[in-house]
Amino acid sequence: MIQAVADTVIGHADELTELDRAIGDADHGVNLERGFKAVLAKIDVIAAHPIDQALSEVGKTLILSVGGASGPLYGKLFATIGQHLCGPEELSKARVVAACEHAIGVLKTLGRSDVGHKTMLDVLVPSLDRLRATDGPASLRTVREHAHEAAVATIPMVARRGRASFLGERSQGHMDPGARSSELIVGAVCDFLETRL
Amino acid sequence: MAKNVGIVIVSHSPDVAKGAADMVRQMVGTHVPLAWCGGNPAGGLGTSVEAVVKALELAWSDSGVVIMVDMGGAETNSEMAIEMMPEKRRARIVVCNGPIVEGAVMAATESSSGATLERVRRAAEELYSR
Repeated sequence: MIQAVADTVIGHADELTELDRAIGDADHGVNLERGFKAVLAKIDVIAAHPIDQALSEVGKTLILSVGGASGPLYGKLFATIGQHLCGPEELSKARVVAACEHAIGVLKTLGRSDVGHKTMLDVLVPSLDRLRATDGPASLRTVREHAHEAAVATIPMVARRGRASFLGERSQGHMDPGARSSELIVGAVCDFLETRL
Repeated sequence: MAKNVGIVIVSHSPDVAKGAADMVRQMVGTHVPLAWCGGNPAGGLGTSVEAVVKALELAWSDSGVVIMVDMGGAETNSEMAIEMMPEKRRARIVVCNGPIVEGAVMAATESSSGATLERVRRAAEELYSR
């Protein structure tokens, strides 16, 4: 799954950088590509760990190698999810949802941001809401579709956090790069799970 | 161990960080612990958590350290670096909300007089709180 996420992000690095060129500093794709390549470089070690430690390792690697704000943000996201999946109980949807809730809380604090600020949270929060509200085999598909709609919904937003917020109303009309990368990651996880469940 | 509050300058650009540090040195000489870092782990524009950790160690003072940042990722990565410091040190490191060049010079001037961490922080943030 981690491999699938990394491959997806790396495969869209140019697109993310282009989105960031419009309303940021044109490094989002480049930065995440560097981060996920560092993850792939030790994917064998990561894959040998149980899920909680594997996600923590992914998080730590992103924090140390990305070089932009997206490093700590995505790094903390993965590491916190890992931390809350630790323990002997069997993995369940409820545990995953709870772990994601914790991680999103950490992101809000770290980024001093919330839904509606034209950030990755505008994809992650609605995706999690949809995951919580749906069940059964179609759940993953609706989460993925919802993540896409949520990323598109950042286009008319005015940025309140991050470099794009310097542009004020001129940030309208562009999709937020962080929202798009979050959509890609949510989508890659859903795709991967669909082939396994 | 240095007694004056230390100053760490974190910019996306190593040139900006070094330039700001040069100005601080010229103002206050060498008795204020000072370190700077800039650039992402690949050497381009950006910031690196590891580099901030190293700078914090270099400029460490038991009186504390203030970090001056330029924007966005510099701040987030600095907060990450603080988390990676030994627990006893974390409470004595603050990221200041002030202009990186002027803030660093004002913080250093305050520190050179032997001021506390809180007073140095206030000096660094003065221009934004007016």
